[in-house]
Amino acid sequence: MVDFSTLKVGDALPERSYTATNVSLFCYNAAIWNPHRIHYDERYTTDVEKHPGVVIDGPLQGDWLSQAVTNWIGDAGTLVSFGYSNRKASYLGETLTSGGTITSIDPATGEVGVDIHIRNEQDEVTSPGSAVVRFPV
Amino acid sequence: MAGLLSEDALAWIGRSDPPLSVEVSRRDIVKYSISTEQVLEKYLTGDEAPPMFVAGLSREVVPLDDLGPDGLAQASLVPDLPLKRVMAGGVEFDFHRTVHPGDVLVFERSLSSLTEKQGRTGPLIFVTYTINCRTEAGEPVLEQKQTRILR
Repeated sequence: MVDFSTLKVGDALPERSYTATNVSLFCYNAAIWNPHRIHYDERYTTDVEKHPGVVIDGPLQGDWLSQAVTNWIGDAGTLVSFGYSNRKASYLGETLTSGGTITSIDPATGEVGVDIHIRNEQDEVTSPGSAVVRFPV
Repeated sequence: MAGLLSEDALAWIGRSDPPLSVEVSRRDIVKYSISTEQVLEKYLTGDEAPPMFVAGLSREVVPLDDLGPDGLAQASLVPDLPLKRVMAGGVEFDFHRTVHPGDVLVFERSLSSLTEKQGRTGPLIFVTYTINCRTEAGEPVLEQKQTRILR
């Protein structure tokens, strides 16, 4: 459980790695009702849309970014705001790692700012983001 | 560099899709939570919806005949613009309330701004959509801003 009183600017959030599979991507796109073929039809994806492989959804990486925060705070705080950009595409077979850093702490309001990111195996940030969480004070 | 945005295009600012009403089911939350590899018990049991689950609830659900050869539904609120290449912009959320099974949410999506800017490699058009989500009773749930960059 995160203890607000011990947090410091610069502290790292726990990292977590995700390796999407054909099955996990199918289940995700079925769950959000996204029929775009670049997420399950490899031949179409490479032949027609000219991607090197099946594309890992941008909003799925957005979810993993949000989890970098929600898994860290658990029930100790609430997510107030959150944003990200998908800067570089990622493809089936890649392992992506989420993480983050505390950038601001307001002891008066209990609000904590964090920078969050998804990195690929080349250590490139594919999706940067930021969030604000609030702890009870 | 003025003139990328025609009168016709600018007239799209403020236009909205019809409000979309969605009833949240526990089973849908559970499916989402499994497929996104959630770890918190409240999400895996479906007692509470992960924040990004709510964000995805406003996707189009249309008949098969209305899906294109790429699998996608025709996008709405798209003005005719002279730049065609879409780059990833960003998405921003403000959360006001958690979402639980049985909640009935009402989404309203509008084209909130169209602006042109000079980028390093040429002109850019920023298209911003705003999605407001409230409960049926009018309680704010979330606001989402999505930016598309055309070059």
